[in-house]
Amino acid sequence: MISNNGHPEEMVLDEAVLEQGKVVFARPQALSENHTHYCPGCTHGLIHRLIAEAIDELGIRERVIAVAPVGCSVLLYQYFEVDAVEAAHGRAPAMATGLKRTQPDKVVFTYQGDGDLAAIGAAEILHAASRGENISVFFINNAVYGMTSGQMAPTTLLGQVTTSSPMGRNVQLHGYPMRMAEILAGLPGACYVVRRSVYDIRTVRQAKKAVVTAFKTQLAGLGLSMVEFLSSCPTNWHMTPEEALGWIRGTMVSYFPLGDYKVTDAAKALEA
Amino acid sequence: MAKELWKGNEAIAEAAVRGGVEAYFGYPITPQTELLEYMSARMPELGRVFIQAESEVASINMVYGAACGGARAMSSSSSPGISLMQEGLSYIAASEVPALLVDIMRGGPGLGNIQPSQSDYFQVTRSSGHGDFHPIVLAPGTVQEAIDLTYGAFPLAEKYRTVVIIAADGSLGQMMEPAVMPPLRPPLTEAERGSWATRGALGRPKRIVTSLFLDEEELEDLNRRLQVKLRQIEASEQRWEEYETADAEYLLVAFGTVGRTCKTVVREGRAQGLRVGLFRPISLWPFPHARLRELGRQFRAMLVVEMNAGQMLQDVQLAVAGQCAVEFYGRMGGAVPLPDEILEALRGVAYTYRTVTEGVEQRYM
Repeated sequence: MISNNGHPEEMVLDEAVLEQGKVVFARPQALSENHTHYCPGCTHGLIHRLIAEAIDELGIRERVIAVAPVGCSVLLYQYFEVDAVEAAHGRAPAMATGLKRTQPDKVVFTYQGDGDLAAIGAAEILHAASRGENISVFFINNAVYGMTSGQMAPTTLLGQVTTSSPMGRNVQLHGYPMRMAEILAGLPGACYVVRRSVYDIRTVRQAKKAVVTAFKTQLAGLGLSMVEFLSSCPTNWHMTPEEALGWIRGTMVSYFPLGDYKVTDAAKALEA
Repeated sequence: MAKELWKGNEAIAEAAVRGGVEAYFGYPITPQTELLEYMSARMPELGRVFIQAESEVASINMVYGAACGGARAMSSSSSPGISLMQEGLSYIAASEVPALLVDIMRGGPGLGNIQPSQSDYFQVTRSSGHGDFHPIVLAPGTVQEAIDLTYGAFPLAEKYRTVVIIAADGSLGQMMEPAVMPPLRPPLTEAERGSWATRGALGRPKRIVTSLFLDEEELEDLNRRLQVKLRQIEASEQRWEEYETADAEYLLVAFGTVGRTCKTVVREGRAQGLRVGLFRPISLWPFPHARLRELGRQFRAMLVVEMNAGQMLQDVQLAVAGQCAVEFYGRMGGAVPLPDEILEALRGVAYTYRTVTEGVEQRYM
C-alpha cells in the first residue's frame, strides 16, 4: 500500500531567533519530526541524523529514494523526509538496483542491518557490489538481530552470548563472524568501502564525513559505496547506553577494525 | 501488417518491448532462456534496462524496485524460478505496484525436468506467495495470442495496480509460428506514471511504498481494499474461448497448449459423430466461472484435460457446482497428451454418460 505523508510541519523555530542568526542546531530538512521507536541509547537515530545532514548539505533531498530494510530500522521511511520503499528482508540492494537503473538521475541508498545484509541478503549485496551498482549502502552492524530480540547474527563475536547462542558463539557450532567491509572491498565494482562507528565525538565526525563521501561517489557515478557502522544495541547486549558504547570501543573494534577498506583514486578525490 | 515467423519465447519478449517495458530483470532457466537472451540484446539497443540477476529472488525484487518508481518492469522464468519469486510477488501485491511476469512452465515437482507442463496452475492462480491475493493470470494457446496478451499486460497491470502473469508452457515457449507483431507503443510520459511512484520528492510531499502495516486494523483495511479490487477484476476480466459449443453434448475444458490440442480432438470427435465442444479459459485468474456455470446446464458431462494432475479441475468443479459430471484426463511430468489419447478418454466419458436409450441401442445393435 502506498501512502502520501503530508508535508513536514514547519520547524518550531522562533522567527526572532532566526533573525538574530543564533540558530546553532536544527533538525535537518531530510529528517522528519516523527519520534523514532528506537530504544534508549541505540545509535540508529544518530546515524539517521548523519545521513539526513549529509543529504541536506549536498542539496539532494528531492532526488533521494531510500530503501528501508527488515530489522529495527524497518520504519526508516517514517523518519526521513524523502521518497522511500520498504524491501523484503535482505533484498534492499536488488530493489535499489531496480530503482537506480530506471532512474539514474536519482540518489538511491539502502540502510541495512547485519542480519539483513550479511545473512539473508548476502547474495544481493555481493552482486550489487559486483555489478558496480551506483548506489550507497549504510550497513548497521550491532552484532545481533535487534528486532527479534537479540539472536546471533553473522557478525556476532566469538564468545558473545545471544538468545540463540546461549553458551556464547563458538567456532565449532557457529563459525566465524563475517567482516563485510573487508569482503566487499575485494569486489572491483565497489568504489568506497569504509568502517566507522559513532561511540564518541571524534568517530561521529568521521562517520559523517564518510556518509557525505559515499553520496558524492554516487553523484559522480563511481559505483557502489558502503559505510559500515559499528552500532550499539544496549537492550539486547544487556548494557547501559554508556557501557554499550564502551563495548564497541573496547571489544567490537578489535575484531572489526575501523578504517578505509577501499577508496579508489576517484573516490579519494571526493573525500569530505 | 505482415506475418513473421516467431519463436514463442522471443515473440513474448518482443511483444513486451513493443508494449513499453522499460526494464527487464531475469535469470536463465530452461525452457524460457531465449526470452532472457533476446532481451539482453534488444533492451540495450533501445536504451532500456537489462540485467541478468544473481537469482530469481533478486530478479523479482529488482522488478519490485523499478515498479515502485513507476517504471514498466518485468521478469520471466520457469516453474522452479517462479517458486523462488513468490516472496517478491507477495510484496508487490501488498504494495499494489504494477508488474509483468512470464512463466514458461516445465515439469515438476522439484527440479523436475525441462519438458512442457501446466503444473504451476495452483502456484500462479491460488496466491503466488503468502497472504490473501491473486495475480491476474493469462494463458495463451498460440504464439499470436501470447503476443497479444503480453502487449496488453502493462495497461492491465497499471489499471489494477497488480501483477499480471503470462502463464505458458515450454512447448509454446519453444515452438515457432507465423504471427503479427503490434506497433511499438510510445514510452510512458512523466504525467502517465502513477501518482504513487517514488521518483524523488521534488516539490511535493514524500511518497512511501511499503507492505508493512503494524496495526492490525490498518492491515485489515488494506486486505479489504485488495479484496474489493479482486472482485472488480473478477467482474471485468474473465476471458475464454468457446469452440463448437452451440450444439455440443460433451465439453472439453482445457487451457494453453492442451486447449489447442483439444481443438483437434473436437474436429476428430465430430468426424466420428461425437457432439463435442471446447471451452478454453484464457484468464486462469480470474477463472471464467460465470460462463462455465451456464454451460454446466447444457452438457451431459465435461472432460477437463491438463498437463498436470488436475489443478484447473478444481476451478471447473467449483464453477459447474454439480450441475453436470466433470471428469479428468491429465498427463504429468512433462508428458504432452496427444489428440488420440484425449479422444479415447472422451469416448469413455461419452459412453459412461450416454442416455439410457443410447446405451440400450449400443447394447443391442
